[in-house]
Amino acid sequence: MVNSGAPRRTERRPGEIAAVPVRHAGRWVAAGIVLVLAAMLVHSLVTNAGYHWATIKAYLFAPEILHGVVITLELTGAAMAIGIAGGIVLAIMRLSANPIVAGASWLYVYLFRGTPVLVQLFLWYNLAYLYGHLGIGVPFGPHASASTNSLISALTAGILGLGLNEAAYMAEIVRAGIISVDAGQSEAAASLGMRRLQIMFKIVLPQAMRVIVPPTGNETISMLKTSSLVSTVAVYDLFGESQLLAARTYLPIPLFLMASIWYLAMTTVLTIGQYYVERYYARGAARALPLTPFQRLRVTLPIWRLRPAGPVTE
Amino acid sequence: MVRAEGVHKRYGVLEVLRGIDLTVARGEVACIIGPSGSGKSTLLRCINHLEKINAGRILVDGVLVGYEERAGRLHELHEREVARRRAEIGMVFQHFNLFPHLSVLENVASGPAIVKRTPRATAERAARALLERVGLADKADAYPRQLSGGQQQRVAIARALAMEPKLMLFDEPTSALDPELVGEVLAVMRSLAEEGMTMVVVTHEIGFAREVGDQLVFMDGGVIVESGPPRAVIATPKERRTRDFLEAVL
Repeated sequence: MVNSGAPRRTERRPGEIAAVPVRHAGRWVAAGIVLVLAAMLVHSLVTNAGYHWATIKAYLFAPEILHGVVITLELTGAAMAIGIAGGIVLAIMRLSANPIVAGASWLYVYLFRGTPVLVQLFLWYNLAYLYGHLGIGVPFGPHASASTNSLISALTAGILGLGLNEAAYMAEIVRAGIISVDAGQSEAAASLGMRRLQIMFKIVLPQAMRVIVPPTGNETISMLKTSSLVSTVAVYDLFGESQLLAARTYLPIPLFLMASIWYLAMTTVLTIGQYYVERYYARGAARALPLTPFQRLRVTLPIWRLRPAGPVTE
Repeated sequence: MVRAEGVHKRYGVLEVLRGIDLTVARGEVACIIGPSGSGKSTLLRCINHLEKINAGRILVDGVLVGYEERAGRLHELHEREVARRRAEIGMVFQHFNLFPHLSVLENVASGPAIVKRTPRATAERAARALLERVGLADKADAYPRQLSGGQQQRVAIARALAMEPKLMLFDEPTSALDPELVGEVLAVMRSLAEEGMTMVVVTHEIGFAREVGDQLVFMDGGVIVESGPPRAVIATPKERRTRDFLEAVL
């Protein structure tokens, strides 16, 4: 009890109960079944030649595949950026006092959430049939234009399709976050003389993030995988490249397994990232932030205990 | 500093304020008491235009808060202008309403930094001085939820003072506090009053109203039933409803 930095350990008190624990026969049986099934799976993974592990290993870092991975990440990043920015705008529009603005936001969400994203991708890809030229300028006045096909490449169509669809979902997530912030926060900010947009961006949205971040992480992970749909509109992302290789090598299973390994690796990174983002926005919400897994490790492992081990208790 | 004339406020069919006339002079402390639902808080929220009134007018320092009179007609002000006028009126809420995602220092500095665009460093220096004044200099880096209710309310007072308001509104500032924490908040308010701040205080603290208040206003059913010097109203209420209320709370 002197001045050690280590957490105080409770002493074993006299008369502590040392009862024989109840035996759980059912648990042993269930665990046994699971282990047998797992062993069967591992056995088949090793012995079934159809998996072609050597092929998976050979193509895992092939240039085509790495290119596909980059395209998938670009698509996911760009589509989520459009989705989040669009979602914030749509959510603020939806909460506007102007019925036309709020109605437009409602209609957008209705249309984009009510039709399959695959259909939307095809529509964007084939936009040139509807509008051969796209341009900007003064309505009925001078303007500049270019051919749609030169402006909207397959990749752009993919990004637009995924991003605009995502915006509809993000709008609802952001709106839920905004509504979750106590009205007293806006009143306090208003009483200090802040204006509506200042209140929204400085006071309400930062607090709404706590509610917005977890489903957004979910959406990002979902987007990473949904982006594989763009292979249907001639974008060669991770799945598209895998498909090409599968067709060339006649080995679909190993190549799709390889794609799965990549997807799994990327979602793992995203999951870890989400943990830290959530932790950041929890500032002020909890009295003390929970320890990160790394900090917990430092507290648990005896070697590091000699040094001050961070905030163990308040 | 505050002049309310014939103020009416309705929520749908419910008439919360039914003709309020009130004058609070510069440097005066007016305490509003009354049973819950009597319209005290609503009146306070109308003064800084958090609520729009349906009839009558409210002037703060000689100007209408949410409107402008041009050629005999009232024109609603643009929200930019409403915000500018509101910035001169500090408000302290029953539930503190501190910004939980900002540290104590950032809470106090937020008003000047965001509204007046005061440079961060200047705003924070002023904020530290204000925290010193409410006795919380050592809590600058804490987050609101790490503080007791009394401490949070003192931060909220500092946050309102940071805008250098000419009028302070207090909406039941001690009602959400544990009894032993009430005193520290009242002490800060008392020192503010002694420095000459004009204050309108909705409160249940009759003792505070008697000792610090210059004017005591008793409201019931959306009207001012009685008002006058606190000691006189408390010792010899003229109206029966005032007498009944004071008997119940004292």
